Amino acid sequence: MEKFTTHTGVGVPLRRSNVDTDQIIPAVYLKRVTRTGFEDALFAAWRGDPSFVLNQEAYSNGSVLVAGPDFGTGSSREHAVWALKDYGFRVVLASRFADIFRGNSGKQGLVAGVVAQEDIELLWKILETKPGTEVTVDLEARTVHADDVTVPFQIDDYTRWRLMEGLDDIGLTLQNEADITAFEATREAWRPKTLPAKHLPSVPVEPARPVS
Amino acid sequence: MAGTLAEKVWEAHLVRRGADGSPDLLYIDLHLVHEVTSPQAFEGLRLAGRQVRRPDLTIATEDHNTPTLDIDLPIADLTSRTQIDTLRNNAREFGVRIHSLGDADQGIVHQVGPQLGLTMPGLTVVCGDSHTSTHGAFGALAFGIGTSEVEHVLATQTLPLSPFKTMAITVNGQLPPGTTSKDIILAVIAKIGTGGGQGYVLEYRGEAIRNLSMEARMTVCNMSIEAGARAGMIAPDETTFEYLKGRPHAPEGADWDAAVEYWKTLRSDDDAEFDAEVVLEASDLEPFVTWGTNPGQGLPLSASVPVPEEIADANERVAAERALEYMGLEGGTPLRDVKVDTVFIGSCTNGRIEDLRSVAKVIQGRKKADDVRVLVVPASARVRIQAEAEGLDVIFKEFGAEWRNAGCSMCLGMNPDQLAPGERSASTSNRNFEGRQGKGGRTHLVSPLVAAATAVRGTLSSVSDLDLPGHVDLTTFDGTPLTPLEAPSFV
Ligand code: SF4
Repeated sequence: MEKFTTHTGVGVPLRRSNVDTDQIIPAVYLKRVTRTGFEDALFAAWRGDPSFVLNQEAYSNGSVLVAGPDFGTGSSREHAVWALKDYGFRVVLASRFADIFRGNSGKQGLVAGVVAQEDIELLWKILETKPGTEVTVDLEARTVHADDVTVPFQIDDYTRWRLMEGLDDIGLTLQNEADITAFEATREAWRPKTLPAKHLPSVPVEPARPVS
Repeated sequence: MAGTLAEKVWEAHLVRRGADGSPDLLYIDLHLVHEVTSPQAFEGLRLAGRQVRRPDLTIATEDHNTPTLDIDLPIADLTSRTQIDTLRNNAREFGVRIHSLGDADQGIVHQVGPQLGLTMPGLTVVCGDSHTSTHGAFGALAFGIGTSEVEHVLATQTLPLSPFKTMAITVNGQLPPGTTSKDIILAVIAKIGTGGGQGYVLEYRGEAIRNLSMEARMTVCNMSIEAGARAGMIAPDETTFEYLKGRPHAPEGADWDAAVEYWKTLRSDDDAEFDAEVVLEASDLEPFVTWGTNPGQGLPLSASVPVPEEIADANERVAAERALEYMGLEGGTPLRDVKVDTVFIGSCTNGRIEDLRSVAKVIQGRKKADDVRVLVVPASARVRIQAEAEGLDVIFKEFGAEWRNAGCSMCLGMNPDQLAPGERSASTSNRNFEGRQGKGGRTHLVSPLVAAATAVRGTLSSVSDLDLPGHVDLTTFDGTPLTPLEAPSFV
């Protein structure tokens, strides 16, 4: 996972509250077997509307999403974060996030920053009056800067540390790899191994056929 | 310090204890993989340039998407085929053992582990599937995980976890004739509710549990998740050891002795404290069926469909109304009058050889009811082979049932075996959610014995509705046309 300290990119005002994960990425896209390439699925139901914010030239390459309260509610699908990241977003700002979405974001390297609703309104105003305005998110200082405005955002210390170190869950666990190796040396011989494979005698399996 | 079974297994797998509130790091002994929840996990490894840390503790099989007919032909559904091809490619790339369609050890992941002797007491077992709780029947701590956790286990063979609470479920006495372990677990879920086990590992104990065969115990643990629990466990005993001994991956020689000695210590201490306790009397049990759209909406077969107006709790009343509308049922209808279109015998809950034997015993020499479609789907190819060696397939076919290849089949609407909208089934599987067996399909969860009797009569029935001689013993099949069990003596 990439380390995150500051990021500057076009801000996208999403004037909607309660954006649930089904709106972020509809269920039909969950059948895919890939982990990337979900950019087309992001907000799929809204993308058909030409007036939707991401369909406007000035915002289309945005990377900082400024959304209404209760972002990311609904099903726990990790795909919601993948879709946002694949589209190019590095930061989502809102006054409230669903817990699971915020947890998933931290694990996948997306900054979910909590900004007071009046500051969100301020940012929306700037981004709407001057479409294409760049926003700078400073994770170290926990501030958002746009035009001549600087507002604070909140993120818990642990998630911030992980994002700044670029550590995903696996990276974190692997910091203790010596412990894992030491534990493995103590495992008893009776514990099973799948390899080399042991089998019963192989027997042909007859395909069943439809009954007419 | 006195401990419960779950705590003992937990302690034995601590790689690192979490400091102040952060999770413990637990070692995983066995990781089962299937095609639905693994593709993105493998891709995550690839993107990060990571390897599978312990391919020798990992095994994959194909089950959810596999058809149960024409398994030698290409899979018609594109999504299904892609998922399966992806699993095969990933297994090859990362060096993971796989049992593919057509292989004698292909089948539902929760049957494959036990039948190969990979599932044993005292292990931690995980799989990207909620019914991983099945393996708890051996005294293993076994639970389902999500895709990012699958990736975590593949990469590190560990999982960061916060301790669970423990609940003892004691089932005293003896099961009445015609009831099975499925009726025990359906009654437990109806009693504690679908959220009653949330955050808990359930430990089943008591005389009725001790008397169950290994496979019947798996049925109980399998549905722990339907009570909201993380896992279900049963302390290992002679029944467990006997089931395991001689299986392909069971320990041998001195390893076996060492293992059994350790396994015998895997029981909750007499003075161990559980966070919650539930007690059931087995002698009170009757064949249980569900009438609604979650597994907690169940009643004894002798009861009638509930009348919503009579339900005191407002939330439950609304839920019941909704469920009855979906199920197309009138409150007050005797459950025995409910007519079904399809009987499904299979799944990781009840698709094992003992289940098939008990069904065969009930239907032998009879014909299925007209207009009822009967599907018999073994949990694994090995179960199918064993059933055929015992002549069960002939009994099923003469009865008028369809005898299929192994897989999840009609347990979930992901492969070609599905209910049509409005079609009603009596099903030995584990979930009766709206649309679970196909869009608009209506599911009644039942035991294999109830499924068999229902297939004979066409309405929800128990074996007591048939003139069967005596008590149906689940574990043996003594019908005459069977060839005696020869090697392999197990599946
Ligand atoms: S049989 Fe049903 S419950 Fe079991 S693993 Fe398959 S889909 Fe899941």
